[in-house]
Amino acid sequence: MDYIDPHIHMVSRTTDDYETLAKMGCVALSEPAFWAGFDRGSAESFRDYFRQLTEFEPKRAAQFGIQHFTWLCINAKEAENVSLSREVIAMIPEFLAAPNVLGIGEIGLNKNTRNESIIFLEHLDLAVKHSQQILIHTPHLEDKYQGTRMILDMLCGDSRIERHRVLVDHVEEHTVRPVLEAGFWAGMTLYPVTKCTPQRAADIIEMYGPERLMANSAGDWGPSKPTAVPDLILELRRRGHSESLIRRVVYDNPLEFFRQSRQFAFTPRSG
Amino acid sequence: MSLPMTAAQVLDREYLELRAKVLELAASLDRLDRGDGSVVDDPRLRKVRAGLELLLRDDASRAERIQLLFSRDYDAGWRQAFGLPPAEPGG
Ligand SMILES: [Zn+2]
Repeated sequence: MDYIDPHIHMVSRTTDDYETLAKMGCVALSEPAFWAGFDRGSAESFRDYFRQLTEFEPKRAAQFGIQHFTWLCINAKEAENVSLSREVIAMIPEFLAAPNVLGIGEIGLNKNTRNESIIFLEHLDLAVKHSQQILIHTPHLEDKYQGTRMILDMLCGDSRIERHRVLVDHVEEHTVRPVLEAGFWAGMTLYPVTKCTPQRAADIIEMYGPERLMANSAGDWGPSKPTAVPDLILELRRRGHSESLIRRVVYDNPLEFFRQSRQFAFTPRSG
Repeated sequence: MSLPMTAAQVLDREYLELRAKVLELAASLDRLDRGDGSVVDDPRLRKVRAGLELLLRDDASRAERIQLLFSRDYDAGWRQAFGLPPAEPGG
């Protein structure tokens, strides 16, 4: 089955991974800007990273017939450094017209601090001023519930935000309901140890239905599995779910969400 | 939207996995007992115990309850606590 991975960090994966994803049926993916595993030293370092995301990765993906899209921001971990964050935010508009940019992301919270919240709000303002879609990272483990509620407070506290153009990622059993009920899109991340398994993601789909719900691998430089979305496809099939339901979650929903970005130009596989 | 399998089918499929997970928990708790010293008052272990009790409840929201048990509390007044301006009225 053709599928789309709406959240995967390919800069930290090998070209072999692109080949494997293509063999598994991945036809498009979106790569939010995030942390490199260490704090970058300067805004210029982000400029190079944004060039990598907008110029280099799309070419690497295209070799395997995968369409590469991206989101730009300074991630929540580095947002603790407010002055660096402001320099990066000021630079982002230079890249917004690149053909594969879908919006601002993955912004969010990490340890739910004051500085992270300030930079989150400044990113929201940037997105609104440039009519960009938004992709949001929610914290992990014991910080997830608190951080997700704070993020929803900030989003719902700004009437300029168009909720159907915002994706809140890494939802789990205790955060999916408030995200969907407030009218946002929700993404489940299939990740070893700290996030959700394919089985639990299938449970969430059964409990909440497929509307505005997606699944991703969030594959990155840490222990992660870039082919986690096909694992979910298999789990749903083994439970006896219809192909149309599965396709909705792993293909139609990402397309419907991405299409709201001005620049989203997707060519489905022929036949 | 529901699960297309019967409860009996789910049990057939997952029985060995459930058995293995219960056994892993038992062995982990035994290992804690065998280690020198005591962690009975460690808040993390208290949460694990509370989690085990939640598993025995008869409702279909165990996973959500376990998640909340292991979560930090949310305070709706966080914006004020951080000294940030309040959200716009009606927002
Ligand atoms: Zn990510």
